Amino acid sequence: MPKNNDIKKVLVIGSGPIVIGQAAEFDYAGTQACRSLKEEDVEVVLVNSNPATIMTDKNIADEVYIEPLTVPVLEQIILKEKPDSVLPTLGGQAGLNLGMELEESGFLKEHGVRLIGTTAETIFRAEDRQAFKDTMEKIHEPVAASQVVTTIEDGVRFTNTIGYPVVLRPAFTLGGSGGGIAHDENELREILSNGLRLSRVHEVLVERCIAGWKEIEYEVMRDAAGNCITVCNMENIDPVGVHTGDSIVVAPSQTLGDKEYQMLRTSALNIISELGITGGCNVQYALHPETFEYCVIEVNPRVSRSSALASKATGYPIAKVAAKIALGYTLDEIKNAITKKTYASFEPMLDYVVVKIPRLPFDKFITAKRTLTTQMKATGEVMSICNNFEGALMKAIRSLEQHVDCLLSYDFSELTTEELLADLEIVDDRRIYRIAEGIRRGISQEKMHDITQIDIWFIDKIAILVEMEQALQNQELTVELLREAKRIEYPDTVIARLTDKTVDEIKDMRYNNGIVAAFKMVDTCAAEFEAQTPYYYSVFGSENEAVETNPKKKVLVLGSGPIRIGQGIEFDYCSVHCTWAFAKEGYETIIVNNNPETVSTDFDIADKLYFEPLTAEDVENIVRFEKPDGAVVQFGGQTAIKLTEDLMRMGVPILGTKAEDVDAAEDRELFDQILEQTQIPRAAGGTVYTAEEAKAVANRLGYPVLVRPSYVLGGQGMQIAFNDGEIEEFIDIINQIAQDHPILVDKYLQGKEIEVDAICDGQDILIPGIMEHIERTGVHSGDSISVYPAPTIGKDIKEKITDYTERLAQALHVKGMINIQFIVMDDDVYVIEVNPRSSRTVPYISKVTGIPIVDLATQIIIGHTIRELGYQPGLQPEAEYVAIKMPVFSFEKLRGAEISLGPEMKSTGECLGIATSFNEALYKAFLGAGIQLPKHKQMIMTVKDADKPEAVGVARRFAALGYKIYATRSTAKYLNDHGVEALWVNKISQESPNVMDLILGHKIDLVIDTPTQGHGDKTRDGFLIRRNAIETGVYCITAIDTANALANSLEHAQEQLTLVDIAKVKNA
Amino acid sequence: MKAFLILEDGTVFCGESIGSTREVISEIVFNTSMTGYLEVLTDPSYAGQAVCMTYPLIGNYGITPDMESSRSWVDGYIVRELSRIPSNFRCQGTIQDFLKEQDIPGIAGIDTRALTKILRDKGTMNGMITTNENYNLDEILPRLKAYRTGDVVSKVTCSEATKLAGKGKKVALLDFGAKKNIAKSLNDRGCEVTIYPAHTPAAEILASNPDGIMLSNGPGDPKDCGPIIDEIKKLYDSEVPIFAICLGHQLMALATGCDTHKMKYGHRGGNHPVKDLETGRVYISSQNHGYVVDVDKLDPAVATPAFVNVNDGTNEGLKYTGKNIFTVQFHPEACPGPQDSGYLFDRFIEMMGGAANA
Repeated sequence: MPKNNDIKKVLVIGSGPIVIGQAAEFDYAGTQACRSLKEEDVEVVLVNSNPATIMTDKNIADEVYIEPLTVPVLEQIILKEKPDSVLPTLGGQAGLNLGMELEESGFLKEHGVRLIGTTAETIFRAEDRQAFKDTMEKIHEPVAASQVVTTIEDGVRFTNTIGYPVVLRPAFTLGGSGGGIAHDENELREILSNGLRLSRVHEVLVERCIAGWKEIEYEVMRDAAGNCITVCNMENIDPVGVHTGDSIVVAPSQTLGDKEYQMLRTSALNIISELGITGGCNVQYALHPETFEYCVIEVNPRVSRSSALASKATGYPIAKVAAKIALGYTLDEIKNAITKKTYASFEPMLDYVVVKIPRLPFDKFITAKRTLTTQMKATGEVMSICNNFEGALMKAIRSLEQHVDCLLSYDFSELTTEELLADLEIVDDRRIYRIAEGIRRGISQEKMHDITQIDIWFIDKIAILVEMEQALQNQELTVELLREAKRIEYPDTVIARLTDKTVDEIKDMRYNNGIVAAFKMVDTCAAEFEAQTPYYYSVFGSENEAVETNPKKKVLVLGSGPIRIGQGIEFDYCSVHCTWAFAKEGYETIIVNNNPETVSTDFDIADKLYFEPLTAEDVENIVRFEKPDGAVVQFGGQTAIKLTEDLMRMGVPILGTKAEDVDAAEDRELFDQILEQTQIPRAAGGTVYTAEEAKAVANRLGYPVLVRPSYVLGGQGMQIAFNDGEIEEFIDIINQIAQDHPILVDKYLQGKEIEVDAICDGQDILIPGIMEHIERTGVHSGDSISVYPAPTIGKDIKEKITDYTERLAQALHVKGMINIQFIVMDDDVYVIEVNPRSSRTVPYISKVTGIPIVDLATQIIIGHTIRELGYQPGLQPEAEYVAIKMPVFSFEKLRGAEISLGPEMKSTGECLGIATSFNEALYKAFLGAGIQLPKHKQMIMTVKDADKPEAVGVARRFAALGYKIYATRSTAKYLNDHGVEALWVNKISQESPNVMDLILGHKIDLVIDTPTQGHGDKTRDGFLIRRNAIETGVYCITAIDTANALANSLEHAQEQLTLVDIAKVKNA
Repeated sequence: MKAFLILEDGTVFCGESIGSTREVISEIVFNTSMTGYLEVLTDPSYAGQAVCMTYPLIGNYGITPDMESSRSWVDGYIVRELSRIPSNFRCQGTIQDFLKEQDIPGIAGIDTRALTKILRDKGTMNGMITTNENYNLDEILPRLKAYRTGDVVSKVTCSEATKLAGKGKKVALLDFGAKKNIAKSLNDRGCEVTIYPAHTPAAEILASNPDGIMLSNGPGDPKDCGPIIDEIKKLYDSEVPIFAICLGHQLMALATGCDTHKMKYGHRGGNHPVKDLETGRVYISSQNHGYVVDVDKLDPAVATPAFVNVNDGTNEGLKYTGKNIFTVQFHPEACPGPQDSGYLFDRFIEMMGGAANA
């Protein structure tokens, strides 16, 4: 079937801010799909509230709306742009739901717009619990027995018919709170009563427990003619019970025979056919480990995180093909872009093993429950490719950048064997390390399989790795042993550690014996056909097949690794734009990255893609082969910056700002010299290594002080300390996450926080704009609401900031990007920190000002000057729009996480509010972050003493908006004393009805709780209030400034928003 | 123990010996299936060939009851890595032991991707697997070049007719090296299946009054099956419905005046898209063939193409004009591989006048 020529203009719905469970994979899929649509001359209108995405670039879509993803906004866009079709399957669950709502309300039909990619009926049958069950029954596909109950007795009755254990899932609670597994009636009654109370609609789903079964996924494609293929299947190493996003996953499946493989494949094809899906679909199965029995867990009728993984694992571009199918093409008409010989109706065959490991945020949320459940907690993931499983696992582990490089990285040697056996029951991210310890202790593989339900095949692979570890420790390092260690991807550093040799000794021994990495191609077809696309992975002990190229100029662009809090999708945006800019200048481009969710690891972004860990050794393997003329590190976040020294040692010139200048910005003493030389003030402080030194500095400066490690991103480990005790606590935590670098202790200044991204060519600087944070200093810049242009500082302060920026950029000899944070107190401007690299605000400022920052910075790195590129140096004229970047959090997904804002970054994503006025921009920003208030017009306030005077103003504004305010005793008294009516409510520890009852009454819109300092105590009232609010879906604010901003936004709520087409912003 | 794979072009791979240590000369082919190594090992169509598995981890689920014949037929086995332990609820043993029991020589630990690329670029060639470290290429290479697979059908076919009881249509299955699942697919649909040795005269088969005749898959060059082709011509001339798979498809083409030729490196795997030219639908198929029917020389009065390979446009099936006969190059019986084209067995039953899904 050829292309449907009636489709001329398509509205593509993006997935919005990055949250846990909905991350960069949708930027990857959306970007690929938009490019695929444009290839077909279809006009693309894009809407996504997330400004950090590549899909919202004007070269990806024709019209770009960075607007809140709500039904009214979408309706407005449709009325304005008049697309003939809406494609809802690329924006994750968010996009799908919006498409569904537009269809169900009749709006699309009324305006002659059709849904493409899938039909509303298909979405309904895949997503609605009952409809899905009925559909599966119709085609005889088994699902786990389940029933929604509203009383305990109903729950007991139903469970008696299906047998224990059962899984309980309360409806409409977030993060799986109130749910659990009941093994007997007592547990059932207990969990059920709690779950019914937590559920807003008093419903709990009771489901047959299939925990412990193998979890298998299939990625399936189908076109409108009914042709179906499976792209890939995947096996979760963690059995059913752990969300697939939090599981270690291997592709293809390893422990399934052809019978099981084909049984599930056929089932997946039957399901996609019955649902009538046109495009991509993900089917998840639970497979009984001892029989052929299976259950369909769920079906996602859209592209997903798994489809991104499958695309990267196989080379098959699912989103691209899905977009073509949406236009009417059939699979046998779409060319395979990798082989350029075969077609999309071809099932990829792998001749390697792919391992994915989730990147979990427990280093950020130390109080969060580390247990892995059916609620996803990972912020990102890494993928690795090798021709053996052990090697793929080792490569994935070191790609995580969590101070892990082998199975010894978490030390359980202190545990007794009894304790270890007990701990093996714990399902968390350290399970494989416990199994490794079990093997060291001689616990039988069968026993560990019985406890963990992890297939013995995987346990044996861990055993092989442990045996190597022991051989390296106990035997003489022969060439043969080294060869074998490298085959299973032991890094030189680990081999050196285990053999008590130096890394250089190991390296010499390798090179002298020809033990070097070889590169193999991902080609979709196991070498059956010649491939045209250089997508490589490394192995040891094989023939190299990477093609040597000798272009005029060759540049290595280092990616940013897994998405984590503090280093998000923004850095992928920068890496991709940098790559494109180099290509435009005639360079051959090479990307190294290990994140399967991103655009940068799409096979056609750079000339060559190396899907590899970002460690010195792995990068050196590539450098030895490619011999690049230079490397760029300033766009890949801290991951790339950290490799600077190693690259120089390898003889690779660092393009742009020099390594010693990067150091000067990070090193306390060097930086102090720079400040002295440029006469720029900063908060007094000192560099320390121990808690004792830290306390000495703190007492000299006077509390409060800011404590933070150097060389980290996102303020990891950064805290405000008010006394010696807190210093001790924080230094302890810092030492767990970053041992190698000194710790900085600064006087804490509270003022306005200002942020600047600038480009410097060594002489001139260009500042696209100055941003001001709504929250005063003390809240991490990534968690603050950021406003461009800075609204409350005067012209002279802006001039001072421009001047300081210029002085710092020149003193640091910056060539390329620089990011500076300032504090403004009265008329004084202090520097907080300087990062001679790209930052997370670059994409948003680029979009609102129309200045292609990364592109310019890259050209400057190559050797152009700001003036040559047609720009006047200095602070650029302000754009005609106000743009507000709003942080978005995923606290509800992380049980036990402390949600109060502070110097350590906690947000997972962001959205943008853009408008001609500040008020509308702010309203849009809150709306885009999903804050749709008012609902019940009731709120709770409990603020610390220092905030009470300002809390009165906040309370007065909310009261004027019609809010009924509940407050704990002292806050209530203070408010009432100052003329704002507040109802006094008991603390949690006091008798009912208390704050907790109020929250669980599901009638509260908002909690404003500004926490007193002090950390880690999970029994405190404030912590419990905040957690319970988050888990029942109540918006919770922990800073007075944020509360005022929200009040402002609600005061200026408006039904009709003015739409801004980013693609038409001036300067563009 | 070390083992060597020596190719006709002089390339030598050094690896580790698996299975039998005896020396073997054979045609070397590769298979891209990621699962189903046991079905491949026991598929009689591999007689006369040493198979290289492109998927690097083999033996993960051990030896299960999924045998496509009573024994292994491959001449040799070439893998990257054999799993140290197998894990599967139906596992009855390890692949290491199986290869030894079946006396199959093999080699592990070589760069199977590099080997596959050689075969892809230069075409299928002969090779030797040996554990003799003192091999002499000058002596071996001429032997490799001279090696011919020869008549392997006679080697793999059954020696006497057997019958699978069924209440439905009566099918005569000519065994040229049939995979078990062909008979089973028909038997599962209610057919009574009588399996005949390859050299059974047409007259004998027709005398049993079958409702339909099934020509199976099998090994080797179809042109080495002269006498069988003559008998198939007689079956063609009868009015009995015929369905043929793989070698059977090629033999029917040769019997009716069409030609076949050897492909550069064939199709072996479970991912080949074939298009049903009648409906336009594409199915993913299981494949294992090194020869193909020449459609250029096809007389439309005799037969027309029914299926085509989406990747390379080669013929994947024929529909015989004015006859109740259709033949396919791929394997609707799967095992290993996708079950998508299993509906063809239903079509065959309909051709015989039965109800599909009986």
